[in-house]
This record gives sequence, C-alpha cells and structure tokens, in this order.
Amino acid sequence: MQHKTDVIIIGAGPVGLFAVFQLGLLNLQCHMIDNLDKIGGQCSELYPEKPIYDIPSRPTVSAQELVDQLFEQAKPFNPTFHLNQQAEKLEKKDDNFWYLTTSNNETICAKCIVIAAGAGSFVPRKPPVENIKDFENNSVFYAIRDKKKLANKKVLIAGGGDSALDWTNELNSICDVTLMHRRKEFRAAPESVSKMLELEKDGKIKFIIGQINSIKGSSGKISEIEYKNDNKIFSIKTDYFIPFYGLKMELGPIAKWGLNINENRIEVDTEKFETSVPSIFAIGDINVYPGKLKLILSGFHEAALMAQKCFTYCYPDKKNVFRYTTSSKELHKKLGV
Amino acid sequence: MGKIFVKDRGGVVHELKANEGLTIMEIIRDAGLDIEAACGGCCACATCHVYVEDKWLEKLNDINEDEESMLDQAFNVKKESRLGCQIDFNNGLDGIKLTLAPE
Repeated sequence: MQHKTDVIIIGAGPVGLFAVFQLGLLNLQCHMIDNLDKIGGQCSELYPEKPIYDIPSRPTVSAQELVDQLFEQAKPFNPTFHLNQQAEKLEKKDDNFWYLTTSNNETICAKCIVIAAGAGSFVPRKPPVENIKDFENNSVFYAIRDKKKLANKKVLIAGGGDSALDWTNELNSICDVTLMHRRKEFRAAPESVSKMLELEKDGKIKFIIGQINSIKGSSGKISEIEYKNDNKIFSIKTDYFIPFYGLKMELGPIAKWGLNINENRIEVDTEKFETSVPSIFAIGDINVYPGKLKLILSGFHEAALMAQKCFTYCYPDKKNVFRYTTSSKELHKKLGV
Repeated sequence: MGKIFVKDRGGVVHELKANEGLTIMEIIRDAGLDIEAACGGCCACATCHVYVEDKWLEKLNDINEDEESMLDQAFNVKKESRLGCQIDFNNGLDGIKLTLAPE
C-alpha cells in the first residue's frame, strides 16, 4: 500500500505528537510510524503512571495523561498512524519525494522526514546467548503470532511480566507449558499471577526458578535449554523457547540512512533541527547539538522551529505568515474552535 | 567526597570520584564508563545493572519491588545484583566495589 503526505514523523512519543500540532498549524499533513502497538513512546511504555513535574504550566502530570492530552491537541490535524511497524528503508526518488518503507511493507512518500524516535525503537530484549540467532523464528520466538504452531508441543516461556504470564495461562490448554522466572514473584497483573499459580497447583503447567544459560540443538531446532539456579546448571527438554524479557530501545535501520550520528544520536543544527541531509529533521531525545538537554520541553521547542522549515520544503512558493493561535481566525478554523 | 571502584566489562578497575547526592549510576555514567542507563534513572529499565561486592551489599538501602521488577528484565541476575540508579552514594559507601553486569 502506498500513501502520500507532507511529512512523515518517525516515533509517536510526546515530541512526535506535538510536531503533528505544529506542522498542522502550517497546513502540513502528517503520517506517524511507531514500532509499538500504541502511541506515547517511552511515556506510555516505560512509565505511564509516573508523574512528570517539569512540563510548563503542569505542576504535575502523569506520563500517560501528558500523552493523552498531546494526542487530543493534535487531533484536529488528523494524523495517520502506522503502528506496530518500524521505519526501514528510505530513498529519495527523481520526483524529489522521500519514499519510506516500513517493516509491514507499507510505503509512504513525503517531502520531509522528521525523526522523533527518542532513544530508538522498542524491540524485544533478547537473552545474551551466543547461538540464539540460529534458533530465532524457528524454535525461538519473541512474540506469538500463530499459537496453532505450538499445539501439543513442549513450550518454555521465560519472564515474569504480563506477556509471560498471560501466554502461560492461555497456552496451557493446547500445549505442555513450562514457565521459567528468576524468582517466584511476578510483576504481572495479580489476577494473571493467581491464575498461573492455580494452574501450577493443578499440574496443568510447570514452573521453574532459573535463568537461561545456553541453548542446545541443531538446524534451528532446540533440543534442550540449560538454565542456572543458585549457580547450579539444570536442563529442560523443549521444542520452543519464548523469552519475554520486555523491550529495549535501539536506533535500528535509521543508523544506516547516511545521517551524521554521534554516539547513537543524530546531529542537527539549532535553527531548524535539520540533520546533515536536507529535509530530514531530528527532534527530541534522538538529536544532539551543543547544550542539548534531553527534556520533553526541549523537544516541543525543536518541533516548532522544525515545522517552519518544513513549510518551505512543502510550499516553496508560498509565504509563511506567522500567526498566534490566540488571535488568528484562520488557525481557529483549523483547530475547530 | 569519596570514591568508588568499578570493574568494567573488560575487567579493568576504575577508581571514580563520588559525591553524596549522586546515584551510583550517575557517577559511573558521568565518568564516561559504558553504562547505558536508557531511562535516565527513573527505575524504568534495567540497563544500569551492577554487581555489588558481597561485603558492601548489607550497607545498601533495601531493594524495593520496583527495582526487583526491573531486574526481572535483566539477564545474569545474581544475589549481588542491583540497579545503579537506585543506590544513592553516601560517605558510608566510600570505597564500594562494583562490577558492570554484562550487556
């Protein structure tokens, strides 16, 4: 599927969402890409309940509430979201448009690219076992897309959060499930924990305390997993291994787009927050410049200045008249107020 | 002003100056050692995972459930495991010995 828009924003965190608003005021339409299944970035994924105290005019606001209200503020500009996918390939064609392809094989073309990707995109945290790559997508999975595949098999799930517990509870009726975690306390929702403990008591699932040590097997097929508990090594036979150790952030494919990068952050100027490649911008935590502070409010400022420059790329012949939302009738119309 | 000793992943021990009011993670990060500390110290990731030498463990503030939950997402967790961002340096910890956990 191919889409066309003015600006593509990579990363739907607080700064990306505010960029939609700032670009919208200048009549620029946005598509947003995010590898998570929801908007909000780190705020929603890492610390939704935690309070933030340094947003101007908000003595205290929870991270999720901030995201919800930024979304509300951006709503009049109707951004299109492409969630659950990563921005993968970027190329400029002869028509002077950028063509961005996502991991879901969607292509979006636009005049400008805005990278608002925070500390990078969220990807599964993989156990540090050297040969795990040999088994990935064959007998090691970081997400379950087709549970039928697991029917009547031995499945080892690792982790103590919601994904690990929910899948343990869900899969017990179709396969032989063992849950492995480093302790018998879990951070998952209490209902899921009690259900799991009940299933264990009834012998419907097995629970072991341990941490992965190594994987044995050949041609992508696991034969057994070795795990450590109290410095002793044990092993368990399994057909599939499904580690749920949460997510981590990494720069990912963006690193290969030919931008100047300094210690995993993208170099920009402080006038337009443009990268070393014209019409590609970077705002928020992902950028770096002399004096940079990784604060949400810095990202907001960067979004406003970036938008001014995007306007000149999208409407090279038009004059941009600076107006305030307080007084401009035209802006009121756009905002629907 | 005190000091802490940090063994990096290559086995080299660094002596770092430490001030009260900083966390162990901040001291290690600001000295330029390789500690990711992705979330910036709000106990929302597990990328400042360190091992604390045995005899110092009991001198630390107790580990709370937030920190335990985050350690659940780390690998190679041992009984000496702590998150550097959850340990406030104080003069009672002058000379503490730590090792950066593998990435």
